Amino acid sequence: MLPKQEVVAMLLAGGQGSRLGVLTKKLAKPAIPYGGKYRIIDFPLSNCVNSGIETVGVLTQYQPLILNEYIGSGQPWDLDSMNAGVRVLPPYQRSRKSDWYKGTANAIYQNIEYIERYNPEYVIVLSGDHIYKMDYSKMLAYHKEKEADCTIAVIEVPLEEASRFGILNTREDGSIYQFDEKPKVPKSNQASMGIYVFTWSVLRKYLEADEANPKSSNDFGKDVLPAMLNAGERMFSYKFEGYWKDVGTIDSLWESNMDLLNPNIQLDLNEDSWKIYTRNPVMPPHYIAQCAKVQNSLVAEGCNVYGEIDFAVLFAGVYIAPGAVVKDSIIMPGARIEENAIVQYAIVSENTVIGKGAVVGARPEETEKKDEWGIAVIGDGCRIAPGSIVPPKAMIDSETLAAEEVRESCAATM
Amino acid sequence: MRGNNVMGLIFSNVHEEKIRELTERRTMGSVPFGGRYRLIDFPLSNMVNSGINKVGVLTKSNYQSLMDHLGSGKAWDLSRKREGLFLLPPFDSRSAVSNSRVESLASIAAYLTNSREEYVLLSDCDVICNIDYTDVLAFHMKRGADITVIYQFGKLPEKICEPTVYSIDPDGRVRDLLVNPNVDGDCNFGMSMLLLRRELLIRMVNDCVSRNLYNFKRDFLQRNISNYAVYGYEFKGYAQYICSMNHYFDANMSLMLPSVRAQLFQKDRPIYTKVRDDMPARYGLGSHVTNSLIADGCVIEGSVENCVLFRGVHIGKGAKVENCVIMQDSVIGPNCRLNYVVIDKDVNIRNDRSLLGFQSYPVFISKGSVV
Repeated sequence: MLPKQEVVAMLLAGGQGSRLGVLTKKLAKPAIPYGGKYRIIDFPLSNCVNSGIETVGVLTQYQPLILNEYIGSGQPWDLDSMNAGVRVLPPYQRSRKSDWYKGTANAIYQNIEYIERYNPEYVIVLSGDHIYKMDYSKMLAYHKEKEADCTIAVIEVPLEEASRFGILNTREDGSIYQFDEKPKVPKSNQASMGIYVFTWSVLRKYLEADEANPKSSNDFGKDVLPAMLNAGERMFSYKFEGYWKDVGTIDSLWESNMDLLNPNIQLDLNEDSWKIYTRNPVMPPHYIAQCAKVQNSLVAEGCNVYGEIDFAVLFAGVYIAPGAVVKDSIIMPGARIEENAIVQYAIVSENTVIGKGAVVGARPEETEKKDEWGIAVIGDGCRIAPGSIVPPKAMIDSETLAAEEVRESCAATM
Repeated sequence: MRGNNVMGLIFSNVHEEKIRELTERRTMGSVPFGGRYRLIDFPLSNMVNSGINKVGVLTKSNYQSLMDHLGSGKAWDLSRKREGLFLLPPFDSRSAVSNSRVESLASIAAYLTNSREEYVLLSDCDVICNIDYTDVLAFHMKRGADITVIYQFGKLPEKICEPTVYSIDPDGRVRDLLVNPNVDGDCNFGMSMLLLRRELLIRMVNDCVSRNLYNFKRDFLQRNISNYAVYGYEFKGYAQYICSMNHYFDANMSLMLPSVRAQLFQKDRPIYTKVRDDMPARYGLGSHVTNSLIADGCVIEGSVENCVLFRGVHIGKGAKVENCVIMQDSVIGPNCRLNYVVIDKDVNIRNDRSLLGFQSYPVFISKGSVV
C-alpha cells in the first residue's frame, strides 16, 4: 500500500484534437508546442506541482509516443518523487473485457485501481488543452468549505460568446441547478473550464453506475455530471479569475501565443512564485545579428535571427535568414526561414524549411475575400520550395506536399 | 556508449587570482559565461560527452555558488546510482587549505584509491572549448603513453597564466617542458588537461609529497618528463583562455561569431548547464537589438548592441546598452547609458545612470550592487 494522498489529479490527455488539423497528425494535443518553449501539458502539470498536488495520472490514448517521452520520469516538473509523481496511464488489456477509453468518464473508470492505491479523499479531473495558471489548492479548499461532492471551475465569458461554451446556472450560494451545453439563449455567463474536483467516494459510485448503463456515452459532461445533478448531489461552481484559454483550434492556439506578446494580458510566465516548468532545450542563448530587426517578439534559446521579426514567437533553434520577414506568426522548434521568405499570420511546425523567397500566409487587410482568410499552417518537416506561395488558411503536411510536387512535375513533363 | 574506464577530475579554483573581481565570492568554475553557462560547464560537459561517468570536482574555498550550480549533477546526467558527480571540498584537517593541485590531489588520496577506473583525466576550468576526450584516450593507448598532455599549437595567448610550453617530437613524444618561457612566434602550449593511469597518478603524487614538492607544473610534470613516456595530443579546435578581465570580456564577445558558436556548441556534443525554467526572451515595442547574444528570461524594451545578456536581465525603456556583459537577473533602468561595462549578478542600475568604460578597460560592477 502506498502512502495516502489527499488528492489525486487525473489529466485527460487522450484526445486527438482533430480541429488542429496537421498539427495533431502525429502528436497528441497536450504535446503541442506553445509559447516559445513549452508544451500545452506543462500548464496543468506545473499548476499541480505549484498547488502541492504530487500525484498525477496522465490518461493517454491518441499518438502517445512524443507525449510519453516528454513526460518521462516527470523530473522537469518535480514529479519524480518516491511514492507519488506522474504516471502515464494508457488503456490496457485485461483478462475480461478490454477496451479503449470510450469517453472521459470511462478513462477514469478504467483506472479506478490506480486511484485507489493512494486512498485519496478527492480526485481532480483536468484536461490537457487549456492555457492558464491556477491554484487548485484554493479550489479544493472551497470544495471542502461547501462540503460539496463535485465542484466545477467556471470563468466569466462575455454573454454574447456564452453560447459557445458549457454554461452553468447557479443559485446565490454557488450551488448548481442546471447545465446548459452551448445554450442559444444563455441564462448566465459562467462557462465551465473543464476542471472538476470530486469527493472520490461519491465519484466512484457514479462511475460504476455509468459504466453499468449501456446507453451512456461515458462522458463527464454528457452523462456523469447530469446524473449527479439529477440525484441531488451537492454541486458547486468555483469562480476563477485570470487568464484561461482553450487552445483547441488553430485560431485560438495562434491567439493564445500572441497573447504572450500583449502587455495588457495577465499571463506572466516569468512569475517566480508560479513558474511553468518544462523540458528545457540544451542550446546556447539566441543570437540577434547586426542586420536583424526584432520587435514585440518572444525568442527562445538557440535561435539565430538575421531577418526581421515582429509579433513572432520563435521556439528553440529557429533560423531566420537575412532578408526574411516573419510577422504575426509562430515558428516551432528547428524551423528554418530562408532568405527573403515572407511568413505572415502562420503557424510553422517543427523542422520545417521555408525556401528562399517563398510567401506563406497573408495579412487580413491585404486579402480581398475576407472569408478566405485564415491562419496558414505548415505541418512537421515540410520543405516549402523556394519562391512558392502558400495562401492564407492553407493547411499543408509533408504528404500533401509530396503529392503536389508529383502532380507538378507530371504537368511539367507533359 | 557510456563508461570508458576514465574518471574526470576538475580543479575548480585554479587561477582565480587572474580575475579577482569575478571570483571574490565564487570559484573559477562558477564564473558565469556566455549568457547562460558557468565555466565548469565546459570541462564537465566535455567529459560527459566523451563517456566519462564519474567526475570529481576539487574545491578549495568560496564554493557555495559552485555547489548551488552543480546540485546533484542531474543537468549533466551525473546524478547516478553507479558513479556520477563527486564534490571534493578540502578534507585533510592537518594541512592548511590546499593551495596547489598536488596538495589537492594528495588530500583526495582515499577517493583516488577507492575508485575503479583505470585512467584519470585532469582539467582546470579556465579554458573554454569543446573537445572529445575519446580521441585523447585512443591516442594515449595507441602511443602506449604514461602521460598524455593536451596542447594547442600557435601564438601564446597574452597574459596566459604560467604557460607550459612543450618541445614535441613528430610522433608526439614530449622531449622538454618549459614553464613560462620567453617565446616569439608559434609554440606548443599546454591547455591544463592531462590523461594518465590512476595508479600512476597516485604514485606520482606520493613521490611529490614525500619530497615536499608541491608545484604541479615544475615538480609533478617537469621533473618527470624523462622518467615517463609523456606524449602530447594536439587539440585543433577553438579554445579561449580566461586569464584576465579583458580576456573574459573578449571571450564573451567572441561568441557573436557564428563560427565560434558552431565550434563551442555542437549539436551532438552540447554544453549542459543548470536549468532555470525561464520564459523565452521577450522583446517589447521600441526595442532595438543588434549583434547580441540573449538568454531566456530577458525582457528588453531598450536598445542593445554588441552585448551578452544572461538569463533574466531586464533592459528598461529608452536605455542604450552597448558592448556590455550583463549577468543573471540584473536590471538596467529606463534611459540608462552603458558602454563597455561588465555587470555581475543581481545588479540594479537605476534610471538615467551613465556608465562608460573603454574597450581595453571595461568597467566592472560587482554582484548585488545598486547604482
